[in-house]
Amino acid sequence: MEHQHKEHSLLAEEFNANEPRVNWHDETLWWVRQKRDKMAWTIPEWEDLREAASRIKHNVLGNLHDYLLEFEKNAQANGAVVHWAADAAEHNKIVLQLLQEQGVKRMVKSKSMLTEECHLNPYLAEHGIEVIDTDLGERIVQLAKEPPSHIVLPCIHKKKEEIGELFHEHLGTPAGNADPKFLTAAARQHLRAEFIQSRVAITGVNFAVAETGEMVVCTNEGNADMGAHLADVHIACMGIEKIIPQRKHLGVFLRLLARSATGQPITTYSSHFRAPKKGQQLHIVLVDNGRSRQLGREDFRNSLKCIRCGACMNTCPVYRRSGGHSYHNAIAGPIGAILAPNLDMKEYADLPFASTLCGSCSNVCPVKIDIHQQLYKWRQVITREGYTKKTKAAGMHAMNIVLSKPGLYKTAGGIGRWVMRTFPAVVNNGLNPWFRQREMPEPPKESFADWYKKNRKQ
Amino acid sequence: MKVGLFIPCYIDQFYPQVGIATLSLLEKLGCDVVYPQGQTCCGQPMANSGFEHLTHGCNELFVDHFEGLDYIVGPSGSCVLHIKDHLHVEGKEQAATHIRQRIYELAEFLTDVLKVDHLKAKFPHKVGIHQSCHGQRGLGLAQMSELVAAPFSKPQRLLQMVEGLELVELKRTDECCGFGGTFCVFEEAVSVKMGKDRIADHVNNGAEYITGNDVSCLMHLEGILRRQKSDVKVLHIAEILNSSI
Ligand code: SF4
Repeated sequence: MEHQHKEHSLLAEEFNANEPRVNWHDETLWWVRQKRDKMAWTIPEWEDLREAASRIKHNVLGNLHDYLLEFEKNAQANGAVVHWAADAAEHNKIVLQLLQEQGVKRMVKSKSMLTEECHLNPYLAEHGIEVIDTDLGERIVQLAKEPPSHIVLPCIHKKKEEIGELFHEHLGTPAGNADPKFLTAAARQHLRAEFIQSRVAITGVNFAVAETGEMVVCTNEGNADMGAHLADVHIACMGIEKIIPQRKHLGVFLRLLARSATGQPITTYSSHFRAPKKGQQLHIVLVDNGRSRQLGREDFRNSLKCIRCGACMNTCPVYRRSGGHSYHNAIAGPIGAILAPNLDMKEYADLPFASTLCGSCSNVCPVKIDIHQQLYKWRQVITREGYTKKTKAAGMHAMNIVLSKPGLYKTAGGIGRWVMRTFPAVVNNGLNPWFRQREMPEPPKESFADWYKKNRKQ
Repeated sequence: MKVGLFIPCYIDQFYPQVGIATLSLLEKLGCDVVYPQGQTCCGQPMANSGFEHLTHGCNELFVDHFEGLDYIVGPSGSCVLHIKDHLHVEGKEQAATHIRQRIYELAEFLTDVLKVDHLKAKFPHKVGIHQSCHGQRGLGLAQMSELVAAPFSKPQRLLQMVEGLELVELKRTDECCGFGGTFCVFEEAVSVKMGKDRIADHVNNGAEYITGNDVSCLMHLEGILRRQKSDVKVLHIAEILNSSI
């Protein structure tokens, strides 16, 4: 199978070459998972809250068309301009055009996974426009010329010393200074200058309320407000699934989001944007980019309930030990693995297999997406569509022939204790990947079936 | 009560002692156990790899072997869950449904059906429980650490009935060991790292034995332990519950 990228297993193997770093990455994220647990336990009705959120989103997905039109109508009445984009390319074009109308060459953007998904930054760079990411974590990975490795904690793969070096190089902080407080202050200084000069600000959207036409953006740094309030033009980019029916539903989601994400009771800023200030423009870009297609896939529809809290990543034992970049997709981890195949099944055929199906993700998910079951179902779809490696398919067929014929199974087992031979053989790379770091089980003298024949009356 | 003994393929081939312990434990507890010969596999290795469409051969065999029994019991949470979730056979749907509803993992059979409240087992050692994910999150053998819900654990309750056995506390009570079926070879690096981390948690907390309800996970952990030349051993829960009754 040819991919533009190395597959998850290979990238994960590279990540694992440095075991102490894997330990650090794992512990850091596990700590976030524990903070989430503590916060969840402060709310006795936590599980009911998840259920409520899941059902509200269920209603949204069932009536998306109507809610979107309601939202558009109300947003327009508030004075916003609403744009519709069928895919990433159209989204990027709309944004570019708005920027060109303003004649800007440099502008600020607060965190938005949607613009990552659409690869907006490189697109604008090609057209001579520089985007300054103002979320601290995103700015750090931007300076490092890397994609974010986590949807909530974009630079979680970076140690503070590495950030110190980056800042020394790009922002002129003293060499060797890795004090988080100092570095944050330096970043703040640097970003202030950008905020003040920026005439356009792009933000993401966490929730868009159909009833009022308003949007809510959640940040811990206030950078969305800062950008949007100082600029003449505010462009808010959102996936069409971000809709919620009414303002009162915000109570459910805001209580869940930050607790699930970072173990905070609420994000520091939950900024409501409803109408443009006098003399300001507010543009809202509603983006589909595969979402209607996913909505039409019954088994995978629920993935659109996602509120991008990142809890499924923090809890995922595979994510913690393979790093966000191993998923070679804007959205990593379990949720990325069920969203990505919808965008490009061939390119992301490896992702649904990058899981043990342990199910922890589905349990932490604040909107109760059946993530691990969707991973299982994607495996079936990907295999049926022919995106599995040929060697693996051959191995599976061989295994099936043995397993569905008791006579064959007995001989195969007796001769070679076939399980261990069949499993590793399907990889077919000349090495036995079981044996590299593990011993094989010692083959017993007789199988259970043989023992039973001798020891129990038939 | 007629109980059909389901011994998954890798237990049959590599860990017959687990099958033997399960059988004798059930017999000691008064069950009329039959072991349908010719059984092979639940089909999970193929299904989890994306080849569920190949499993009807296994499914048909399974129904042929296990239809018409009061209960089906197997010492593997993962295989039992697979049957519960995925066993369907055209033309034999009624039998398949009966099996799906009547199949139990050993520990849940002991607690929920036989309602065992004491055992005459003795095992004077420090033991850590490895909660296999499919048994725990799939079958509900124990409460899951992610949920805000009252704790319980069926395997723990049973092990607490064993004389002399001391359970060790783990830092992460229900993290996956990284076996994951074919994941263990296709994602070798992460799989082994997960296994090593699980083992370290048990070892750091003084376990002499690691036990659990799934031989597949234990086989993976044992493989790493033996490579590390560790003294820590793995035992299936049936072997402990069956020890010197
Ligand atoms: S899938 Fe659920 S847990 Fe994962 S990011 Fe989305 S909302 Fe959060």
